[in-house]
Amino acid sequence: MFQLISLISAWAIPVMITFIPLYAFTRKVPVYESFVEGAKDGFGTAIAIIPHLVGMLVAISVFRASGALDFLMSFISPALKGIGVPPEVLPLGLLRPLTGTGSLAYTTDLISVHGPDSLIGMIASTIQGSTDTTLYVLTVYFGAVGIRNGRYALRVGLFSDIVGFIAAIAVCLLVFG
Amino acid sequence: MINGIWLGMILIGFVFAAVNGRMDAFTGAVFDGAKNGVTVSFGLISVLVFWMGIMRVAEDAGLLKKIARVLGPIVSFLFPDVPKGHPAIGYILSNMSANLLGLGNAATPMGIKAMQELQTLNPDKETATPAMCTLLALNTASITLIPATLIAIRLNYGSADPAAIVGTTLAATAVATLAAVAADRLCRRMALLRKPPGPPPAVRPVHSALPHSSVKG
Repeated sequence: MFQLISLISAWAIPVMITFIPLYAFTRKVPVYESFVEGAKDGFGTAIAIIPHLVGMLVAISVFRASGALDFLMSFISPALKGIGVPPEVLPLGLLRPLTGTGSLAYTTDLISVHGPDSLIGMIASTIQGSTDTTLYVLTVYFGAVGIRNGRYALRVGLFSDIVGFIAAIAVCLLVFG
Repeated sequence: MINGIWLGMILIGFVFAAVNGRMDAFTGAVFDGAKNGVTVSFGLISVLVFWMGIMRVAEDAGLLKKIARVLGPIVSFLFPDVPKGHPAIGYILSNMSANLLGLGNAATPMGIKAMQELQTLNPDKETATPAMCTLLALNTASITLIPATLIAIRLNYGSADPAAIVGTTLAATAVATLAAVAADRLCRRMALLRKPPGPPPAVRPVHSALPHSSVKG
């Protein structure tokens, strides 16, 4: 099953890139011109995201560098230790929704220190793999189309992050604990 | 809420920097963060330009409409406000399948394209529609079959079984996605109730209210 899915993952992009234009060609679409026409939009979209991303990443970066994030973590860690959860993974729960690269760096660090097959390594890998960076997704997707009022989207995203974090720990404790 | 979080992070950061005597770090972090924002956006240019080109070819060939017609019913229950056969459905499906396969750099352009299509259906261009919120919820939870990056890292650090996390990740991501969809549904319904001019909403009794209100604020 795992092999099959990795095989599909490896083939998906090359197959799409080959067969979409081929199919379009048989439907008499001027493929190259059509590609260039569509590709023009990509640049503007990426540029439109810049202000959103700069604003958000500055706030996150300041929050981390000032020591506020560390303080928050030291505050919550003892509570988790009580229920048998390794406190080392907690910062990941806070980092994951905020920064993708930051939480990936933290996960890599946990894996290198505690070993990939330790309980901590397993939980960290599972948390990192199971959700996406909510603030980044929100900033990029809404920023690209100029949505300013995201309504309840952020609330829903953060709620699902919390549920995913708890689920990841619970499943790992159950399977590897 | 986003205004509160943004201002809150900067304010709390300022207070902590003041108390910890880290004003230099604060200033450094501001410019690092800004630089990062631009670097990430520039990194997106190549991916966005390329995929939007390919997606246009698919659209011109009528491929997206075809996908939307064939697989549309599967997603139409998640996106009841999007007309059947609308190209947005095709992009949403491409975005979801790219996420499933863990193709992050293909998923983002398709998601953005889907957002742009949903924006054409939006009467108020600055406020997200329920369909946009659902698409976002699906992407923040991002259900993934193979966490390829993590497997690579574990392999790098000499794991005996790098793929051992596939099952646990799938379970956790499924739970997170279900929670996202459920919370999204609940919020959508509450937003409908709050808006007076809407049609009389047929509200089924919502099973024990989700504890999402605790996440507010």
